[in-house]
Amino acid sequence: MRFAFTDDQLAFRDGLRALLEQECTPAHVRDAWTNPTGRVPGLWEKLVALGLTSVLVHDWRGGFGLEYPDLVLLLEETGRFAVPEPIVETAAGLGPLLVQTDIDVAVGDTLVPWADSARLIHTARGVHDPTAVELIARPSVDGARRLFEVRGPAEPFDSVAVFERITLGVAAQQCGLADRMIELTVDYAKERQQFGVPIGSFQAVKHHLANARLALEFARPLVYRAAATLEPAHISMAKAKADEAALTSARAALQCHGAIGYTTEYDLHLYMKRSWALARSWGDARWHRDRVGTAIL
Amino acid sequence: MPSKSKHTISMAPVWQAFGTIRAPFMDLTFTAEEEAFRAECRAWLSANVPRPALPSGDTGDGFAAHLDWERKLFDARYAVVSWPREYGGRDASLWEWLIFEEEYYRAGAPQRVTQNGIFLLAPTIFEFGTQAQKDRLLPKMAAAEQTWCQGWSEPNAGSDLAGIQSRARRAHDGWRLSGQKTWTTRGAFCTHLFGLFRSDPDAERHRGLTYFLVDLSSPGVTVRPVERLDGDEGFAEVFLDDVLVGDDDVLGEPNHGWEVAMATTGSERGLTLRSPGRFLATAQRLIELWHAHGDDPALRDRLVAAYVDAEAYRWQTFWTVTRIVDGARTGSESSMVKVFWSELDIRLHELALDLLGPHAELLDGDDAAWMKGYEFALAGPIYAGTNEIQRNVIAERVLGLPRR
Repeated sequence: MRFAFTDDQLAFRDGLRALLEQECTPAHVRDAWTNPTGRVPGLWEKLVALGLTSVLVHDWRGGFGLEYPDLVLLLEETGRFAVPEPIVETAAGLGPLLVQTDIDVAVGDTLVPWADSARLIHTARGVHDPTAVELIARPSVDGARRLFEVRGPAEPFDSVAVFERITLGVAAQQCGLADRMIELTVDYAKERQQFGVPIGSFQAVKHHLANARLALEFARPLVYRAAATLEPAHISMAKAKADEAALTSARAALQCHGAIGYTTEYDLHLYMKRSWALARSWGDARWHRDRVGTAIL
Repeated sequence: MPSKSKHTISMAPVWQAFGTIRAPFMDLTFTAEEEAFRAECRAWLSANVPRPALPSGDTGDGFAAHLDWERKLFDARYAVVSWPREYGGRDASLWEWLIFEEEYYRAGAPQRVTQNGIFLLAPTIFEFGTQAQKDRLLPKMAAAEQTWCQGWSEPNAGSDLAGIQSRARRAHDGWRLSGQKTWTTRGAFCTHLFGLFRSDPDAERHRGLTYFLVDLSSPGVTVRPVERLDGDEGFAEVFLDDVLVGDDDVLGEPNHGWEVAMATTGSERGLTLRSPGRFLATAQRLIELWHAHGDDPALRDRLVAAYVDAEAYRWQTFWTVTRIVDGARTGSESSMVKVFWSELDIRLHELALDLLGPHAELLDGDDAAWMKGYEFALAGPIYAGTNEIQRNVIAERVLGLPRR
């Protein structure tokens, strides 16, 4: 038994974090809310150059031929920075099946984020040629998630593995989002003074944040375990607990920030709204618990 | 921090080299030796676990029955598997210890009435004890010839442990202890007590405390059993009136008892108080209860949620143990563990009672253990430092929020 990441895996995580600290700041995400694509111009190419979309691709197809444990921490980072790109859908989902590693794929059940800017679309009905479908825009609470209903022909495609891998990637993103929201709130609670002391010294505030940190502490190992086994029941456990961690962190973060957190001028909402959206995508916690129940009962 | 251009240009060659430098890679399997150890534990436990279950170890008769069981464990070298052989153990690794625990609870084996000694005091002796203390105390502890209870809480020192008022006075022949300890689990049945006493009343509260080991048969010791919530005499008050103890009954340095008591609370064996096997086994028994009584989808969802939490605890432990094996020392993370398992234990038992419905209150029959277990689980967020205190620790030492 050795349940840990390698130094290399951690180094790549750190490398991606350093990149995103520069290239996917809150200002970038905020800009994506109002720009034409909902994405960060130029970021996709940098993620491709870094190798994110090549990790799971077989080496004989020009990828790195690695496995999900090599990818999961990177996806967690894309959650931490609320990266508004179809990176999970591509790097974990359909990308490993493609010949080219630079193609972005928009994937969804019926609502597909970023379908208008991706080079391939995949829904529950199959794979779509973006030039042959009609896209109906639907607004998301997360302004960077440009959602579309897809009308038109589809090429049927067995996508069970795609669903599993994307679900796990979203669970990893939820962990990253939870971590980011906790971090933002801890920083704020150390600075913000009321009654002459930092609000982070009050027990009520401490306990909200401790609960969020606890939820994250016990979600991550399930996500990492599922990355190693890729068992559907394990993936469902990961998604259920990661959603819980993200939603608990979002609630705690908003409450501890008070009114400033309730504004769109402040950055918290960028991460909070992403976590709300992801929590109900790819099966919510209850759906995944039901699937675990079928496996264990 | 590396520059932006460095990332976008130079990572690919490193990725290509990745395949050659991946060891030690994540490996979620146990070795053949570990699996053999598991099979050996399972076979022995299956043949030896007492049936029907023993009476509660928190009563006089039950405690005696549990001591017989402890001696059987010791004779088969299962009492303290992770200890060195010379003290009755098997030099088992932390992985093997976790395997043993999983099998122990899976088999429905009795509660460990020796736990406060073997799991809480022993790690402290291994770290701070003299060779003479190890040789004198550990073999008898392993063999359950001496049984240990804790002497931390006092009437005016609960969560605020540093408020301890029991005194230790220097005497020509050692030390004289006076004062009162309370909520001492199994204090009425154990032979010995370990605890903190104030040896320097003029020092700052956390200083001036000394960690003592006390023979409860010493003159001047009075033990009064106190009935707990579940009706067992599991608690005791311990009164000490000028009780003589020797210099060799001091663990660590005099006046440094606080450091001795705290140093091991978050140590690797800090995880030993409640191992994941315990909750996995409870979750498994809940599944059996579900098959017998369950049809409500809301209860099914809660059952799965509790099962997932037991799994989460198992994998969080494997994560932590890997770090310990790599040489890391865990600290305040143990506060997260304590909050998690204690609240999980309550959810598991509440769910069982909800499944039992009107039969939940019955104190006879096969399912009565659930109510008893529920009452015990309710103590979890209180003992070993209340969960309120643990959440403060998480906020301050894990998240870095200000103390005041």
